[in-house]
Amino acid sequence: MRSALETAAAWLLALIWILPLAYAGWTAFHPAAYATAFRFDAPLTLANFAAAWQAAPFARYFLNTFLLVTMILAAQLVLCTLAAFAFARIEFRGRAVAFLLVLVQLMVMPDVLIVENYRTMARLGILDSLGAIGLPYMASGFGIFLLRQTFKSVPRELDEAARIEGAGLLQLLWRVYVPLARPVYLAYGLVSVSYHWNNFLWPLIVTNSVETRPLTVGLQIFASTDQGIDWSIITAASLMTTAPLLVAFLLFQRQFVQSFLRAGIR
Amino acid sequence: MPSRLRPQIEGWLLLLPAAVLLALFTHYPTVATAIDSLFSTPRGARGAVYVGLDNYAEMAGDPVFWQALGNNLVFALGTVPAAIALALLMALLVDRKLAGRDFVRLAYFTPTVLPMIAVANIWLFFYTPGYGLVDQLLHLLGAPSHNWLGSRGTVLPCLMVMTVWKEAGFFMIFYLAALQQIPPSLGEAAALEGASRWTIFRRVTFPLLMPTTLFVLVNALINSFRLVDQIIVMTEGGPDNASMLLLYYVFEVGFKYWDTAYAAALTVLLLALLAALALTQFLYFDRRVHYR
Repeated sequence: MRSALETAAAWLLALIWILPLAYAGWTAFHPAAYATAFRFDAPLTLANFAAAWQAAPFARYFLNTFLLVTMILAAQLVLCTLAAFAFARIEFRGRAVAFLLVLVQLMVMPDVLIVENYRTMARLGILDSLGAIGLPYMASGFGIFLLRQTFKSVPRELDEAARIEGAGLLQLLWRVYVPLARPVYLAYGLVSVSYHWNNFLWPLIVTNSVETRPLTVGLQIFASTDQGIDWSIITAASLMTTAPLLVAFLLFQRQFVQSFLRAGIR
Repeated sequence: MPSRLRPQIEGWLLLLPAAVLLALFTHYPTVATAIDSLFSTPRGARGAVYVGLDNYAEMAGDPVFWQALGNNLVFALGTVPAAIALALLMALLVDRKLAGRDFVRLAYFTPTVLPMIAVANIWLFFYTPGYGLVDQLLHLLGAPSHNWLGSRGTVLPCLMVMTVWKEAGFFMIFYLAALQQIPPSLGEAAALEGASRWTIFRRVTFPLLMPTTLFVLVNALINSFRLVDQIIVMTEGGPDNASMLLLYYVFEVGFKYWDTAYAAALTVLLLALLAALALTQFLYFDRRVHYR
């Protein structure tokens, strides 16, 4: 009895939680006339998606976001791996202080330093480029922290065995440490991709043209200027920009949840 | 190469690429922001002049700043406890056997994966006066239509509801993980002694979840100061600054009025707030101040 009540509560909350998305789906897949009229004979249509796709260069925005997310993740993986390995296994002078300086980024996030970073990008002459969007995030304090913890847990014996066989430092890193940290890389990768797929404020500030805008900024410009108030089309566009991430999430649900858990934040 | 020098070179070489980027885009801008906040904004031919604490004095006398700070506190106090309570409830509900558990869990977690921009555009539609979902539902109950985002009294609560909806599922997974660490025998022992389920929750489960609650609390607070995407989409701080939050104000001062010196002073204050929050977390986690 009590358990049935709890099951009902769980389901009720789940239905409330899914309602906004279900409603968005309804609006996007039906003609505008049915946007708020819930009838079983309402015809399904993809016209809203087609209209959104035609009305703004979403193909280009998709490409930009894809390039941006790939570039940031690749840079993060390389930079964080090298730095984390140095912190985990090499005794160099100033290591403790340097590590503290890395941790500063957990408090002082690039999301907040928008005014000063905009100036830096202007001085470097790279405003309105994918590089300008990605650069502040590439050396991720969080990534370094996470990988350092992982590398520290690699057994010393494995490390020494590889050294005795004559492996150089980078070979050692590539053959012993990186393979053992694979689940952490997966976790960090998923979190990083979804973070930067969704990131908005900084890309909005540094981009100024169709060639560089990511999806989030493109969607916002599309929704605020072009459309008047055709909600069916705006909702279709919102769902469209989210679709790849949502599909990936549904396919890899378990890994996603595990990853967010492992990686905590960002 | 002498063997004592070797780790020094190797260590710093490996660190170098990350260190350069960190210095350029985290350390330098932090220091530069603090310095800029002591100068005037350069205008035309006139360069920046040292003005001491003038920008901070301006801040103290700026009603919009105080409103943004007040709004941000209301926003944090309104969203954080609600999101945490819901997250805990969700975790408790799906931690047991349950028909369709995978679907329920998915329903709770999905809003977390979506971009705030897409979410805000969808919710903008819900709040549309007369036509949107909220007014349609209330209309069934006979209530008149209301301009939810256009009224000073309702704009902030509307944004808070949406934020709680988006964030609760994210915090749920931390609670889920923590719940799975608690040995079932503890609850069973308490049940044998005749404790009610509420007592078990209050005296056993909840105290054991305290470290998780602290972790989630700090991150939720940081998020409430860090994320303003929804303001840009839905209200632009209005009406009458009723939904103005600190970071959005920095954005507006810095990139609409181009008053970079004042924006720097505002950023310093925001950074101090965030640093205080993050330090609290550090101290708690380092000392492992637990439950007793």
